[in-house]
Amino acid sequence: MIMMTNRQWLMTGAVVVLLLMLPLFLPNFWLANILGRAMVYGIVALSLTFLAHYGGFISLAQTMMAGVAGYAVAMMAPTAIPLGPLAMSYGYAIPLAVLAATLTGALVGLIAVNTREIYLLMITLALAVGFSLFAQSNTQWFRGYEGIRNIVGPEVFGMPFRTHLVFYYVALITAVLMYLLVLYVVRTPFGLALQAVRDSARRTSAIGFSVALHRIGAFALAGFIAGCGGVLITFYNIGITPSSIGLWPTVAVLIMAVIGGLGHPLGAFLGALIYAVMDTFASSIIGHDRFNTLIGLVFLTIVLISPDGVWGIGKRLAGLGGGKEPITDPVAKLTAGGK
Amino acid sequence: MSLQFILTVTLNGLTLAALYFIVASGFSLIFGLMRTVNMAHGALYMVGAYIGFAVFDPIYGSAWSSYAWPIAIVAGIVAVAVLGVVMQVVFLGWMQGQELRQALVTIGLSIIFADQLLANFGGSPFQFFAPDLLFGPVQVPGIGRYPVFRLFQVGLAIAVGVGLWLLLNKTRLGIMVRAGVDDRQMLAACGVNVPLVAATVFALGAALAGLGGVIGATAQPMALGVDARFLLISLVVVIVGGMGSIGGTALGAILIGLAEQWGQVFFPTYSVILTFVIMAAVLAIRPQGLMGRKVA
Repeated sequence: MIMMTNRQWLMTGAVVVLLLMLPLFLPNFWLANILGRAMVYGIVALSLTFLAHYGGFISLAQTMMAGVAGYAVAMMAPTAIPLGPLAMSYGYAIPLAVLAATLTGALVGLIAVNTREIYLLMITLALAVGFSLFAQSNTQWFRGYEGIRNIVGPEVFGMPFRTHLVFYYVALITAVLMYLLVLYVVRTPFGLALQAVRDSARRTSAIGFSVALHRIGAFALAGFIAGCGGVLITFYNIGITPSSIGLWPTVAVLIMAVIGGLGHPLGAFLGALIYAVMDTFASSIIGHDRFNTLIGLVFLTIVLISPDGVWGIGKRLAGLGGGKEPITDPVAKLTAGGK
Repeated sequence: MSLQFILTVTLNGLTLAALYFIVASGFSLIFGLMRTVNMAHGALYMVGAYIGFAVFDPIYGSAWSSYAWPIAIVAGIVAVAVLGVVMQVVFLGWMQGQELRQALVTIGLSIIFADQLLANFGGSPFQFFAPDLLFGPVQVPGIGRYPVFRLFQVGLAIAVGVGLWLLLNKTRLGIMVRAGVDDRQMLAACGVNVPLVAATVFALGAALAGLGGVIGATAQPMALGVDARFLLISLVVVIVGGMGSIGGTALGAILIGLAEQWGQVFFPTYSVILTFVIMAAVLAIRPQGLMGRKVA
């Protein structure tokens, strides 16, 4: 059961209906290149927010899990250039790619099972950058620098996937499903135990839960979510290259999640939207090509002033939940107390 | 596989390890004392190389060309050390203890540094020319001709390692640093100016990244994007070797350097994986790193 008050259900429903109706008002550019893009990257950021908020893990391996799904779907895609030996229809390729990302998530969780906080951040970052370097140096399967092109996605109701409307609606539906999935999972016994592990691993293991299994399970679920996002991102970019999963794309997902706010799953999408808007209009704000300086400054400002992100700012402004909720945001928690 | 080949690959691995050690020891030093994971370490490496080259290029074209390289080294070190102090004093010092937040701040800074380098210096690759003394090949027994600069790299790494060991173990500053690792509050209560010690250590750690930048860009051409590589190397070396231990960093650097070179011999397109197999194996068996102390 997804726990939301009637008011929250109503708000969620209203937002979804609004998003469904947006194609009536907005030009195609906004639909696909800003909102659609924000949603597919937001899904990857959501997997990070899920791990950070409910598990206490700031994982930088989420882009890597998305990249595994992206590469897997690219290797198996029937339209790929160059066509791989595994080519099959998208109907099989997409689920297998998401499965690969889920397993990768579990593997990352297994490797990092005994580490937390800053060590986890370092290890997941090393894994992520290492994977992109591997993809870059491997010409046999990953096609080196060039990557794999022309991954256009399946046809939906006879229309090409890259049609603005099709892409927008698929991205929207997937994003909403993933969001609801996170809200559902955190109320299941697994999700509750995961939060208990976050708050006190020792006590949770003392009452008989396997801390390691819950950690690995959380990473596998995050891999599943990131994998769904990764497949869509690969369709959005019409292919995948090692540079699209390197250090900066990895950091970009972290930036989205932190700017939006790690304290709520919606923060991921909020952050991804802010990122996409700034990326698109940066040239008119700060001048040609200096997007990275701008986003770096915004990120730095958020981390220095409001570590719980735009979501946290909004929450404080609205005066919602003041004092009712314990601080569970990992960054804010560290801000409050340190070690 | 001839003996000469085996020796050459091994020596290649060791010279690479020397560069890795110089860079990663700075990362490890900062982490060891301040628990600050400096995600901008790769960016600092790049800043050192670019500033060094900005100083090197005009001098190399002038009558003073033989002094260009040493001056570039000093310029790279000083510029990055100053940048390190600014980072510590302005951003990191007052959020001491909030490790994740510090890591996020340094990530933000590294994005800005890398982008500003691109804006000010452009993206074209460049390379330092080593002074005549360190240029060209030399006869090495069992191997034949070998670039003398790469042997110099090994010598420099050993000097850095010994210097750091002496500094940490035989000087007053070293005593304060080691005391700070164990208990910062007690150290402050003893009347030591802990923020000053922290700024000094950060300057030193950053300076090593700057030194590594100039050395690395002399050995191989420098281009944008190496910041990711050297941040990765620093992370992996320190994870494998153990946090805050000079010996561990050296061991980690040697392991990774050799693994990279031998990996390319045996399975060229999969050699990166070997590095990560080593990392995962160390994490599974000794999570604190090969020579790390158990985290309290």
